[in-house]
Amino acid sequence: MTGLGTLIRRELALSWGRGGGPMLALAFYLAMATLLPLAAGPEPARLAAVAPGSAWLALAVSSLLSLERLFERDYEDGALDLLALGPAPLEAAAFAKCLAQWITTGAPLALLAPVVATALGAPLRLAPLTVAAALAGGLGFSFCGGVGAALSLGSRRGGVLIAVIVLPLFAPPVIFGAGAIEALASGLDWKTGLMLLIAYSLAFVALGPFAMAAACRNALS
Amino acid sequence: MISTLTVIDLTLARGDRVLFEGFNLNLVAGEAIALTGRNGAGKTSLLRAIAGLIRPVTGRVTFIGTDGALEAEDARGRDLHFIGHQDGLKSNRTAREELLFQVRWTGGTAASAEAACERLDLQRLLDLEVRKLSAGQRRRLALARLVASPRRLWLLDEPLAPLDAGHRAGIGQVMTEHLVTGGLILAAVHDALPIAARGVGIGA
Repeated sequence: MTGLGTLIRRELALSWGRGGGPMLALAFYLAMATLLPLAAGPEPARLAAVAPGSAWLALAVSSLLSLERLFERDYEDGALDLLALGPAPLEAAAFAKCLAQWITTGAPLALLAPVVATALGAPLRLAPLTVAAALAGGLGFSFCGGVGAALSLGSRRGGVLIAVIVLPLFAPPVIFGAGAIEALASGLDWKTGLMLLIAYSLAFVALGPFAMAAACRNALS
Repeated sequence: MISTLTVIDLTLARGDRVLFEGFNLNLVAGEAIALTGRNGAGKTSLLRAIAGLIRPVTGRVTFIGTDGALEAEDARGRDLHFIGHQDGLKSNRTAREELLFQVRWTGGTAASAEAACERLDLQRLLDLEVRKLSAGQRRRLALARLVASPRRLWLLDEPLAPLDAGHRAGIGQVMTEHLVTGGLILAAVHDALPIAARGVGIGA
C-alpha cells in the first residue's frame, strides 16, 4: 500500500504541473462561460433559462482538457514500464492516476461550477446541488476520460482522439447532472437524477481501471 | 525471492516479423549474462518479454525461487528491476523527487535512497531538475534504484552506454556485490560488462 500512496503523491504533483494543471482547465471553463452570453444574447431571462445546462456542458468539456497527458507522458518517457512492474497491479496504478486527476482538476472545476451557473443567472439556491452534482460527475469524467486517454496511447493527435472516444460516453452524466439541477429549479424530484449520476460515476470508478490497464498493456507490447 | 530464471523455447515477433525462434536461457543466482547481438536482433524485446511487458508468440518464462516455481506476476512486481533505454524520469521534476518515487515504488525507503546516492555519487545532482542532467547523470539516477530497492533479478538494457569510465567501474562494483549476495543479472550489451559474465548471442 505504501507504493500506491507514493504513486498518488507523485500523480498529484505531476497533475498540478501537467499542461498548466487545474489553472488551465479553470481558465478554459471561465472563458467558455463568458462566451455564452455573447453567443446566446445578453437578456437575463434567456440566459437564466439555459444557465444550469450550459454550465454543466462547459464543465464536461473542460474536464477533457488535461486528460491527454494522463498516460501519454509516462508512456513516452518509459515510466509506464516502471508502473507495470511495481508492487501494485497496473489496474491500481490507473485508479491512482484518475483519482489524482479528479482531485486536482475535477474538484476545482466543481467548486467553480456554481459560480459560473450563478453568474449566468441561475438562482443561488441551486448552488449546493450544482457542487454535489459536479463533484460526482467529475469523478465519472476522470475515470471515463482515463479510459479514452489509455486507448489513445501511441496515436498522433491523441487529444482529439480522446475527445471523440469519450464525449459520447459523457452523454449520461450530462443528462443526469443537468437534469437533476433543472428538476430542482422547477421544483420536481431531483434525487433520482443525482443518484443515477453517482451510480454512473461509481460504475466507471469500478470498471474503468481494468479497461485502462488493458489498454496500457496493449500499448506497451 | 527469485533464484533461477528459465526461458524455454521462446519465440518473439514484432508485428509480422519474427525476431527469433526457440530461444532457451537459464540464469541462476550469482550469475551474470551478457546478451549480445546485432541491432534489431531482439535483445530489448527479450528483456521486455521476461519483464512481462510483451507477450511471446510461443514459449515460457518461469521464475523459480528457493521453494519452487513462483507466480510470474508476483515475481515481476516484487523481485525484478527492468531498466531500459528510457530512464522513466520526468524532466520537470527534481532528481530527488524522481529518485524517491522510483525507489519507494520499487520497495525501497528514503534511507536506502540516500545510501544509493552516496554510492553512485549523486548528491550534488539531487536538487537539479531532471532536464538539466546529462544522459550519463540520468542513467546513474535510474540505476540508483538497483542499489536502493533490493530486488534479485536485474534486467538491464545497455546500462553502461552513456557512462564514463570511472562510473562504469563503479557500477561494475555494484554488480559484483549484487552477484555475491545471490543476485541475477541479464544485461543486453554491445561493449563488454566490467564484470565476469557468460556471453549469450541472440539471432545469429
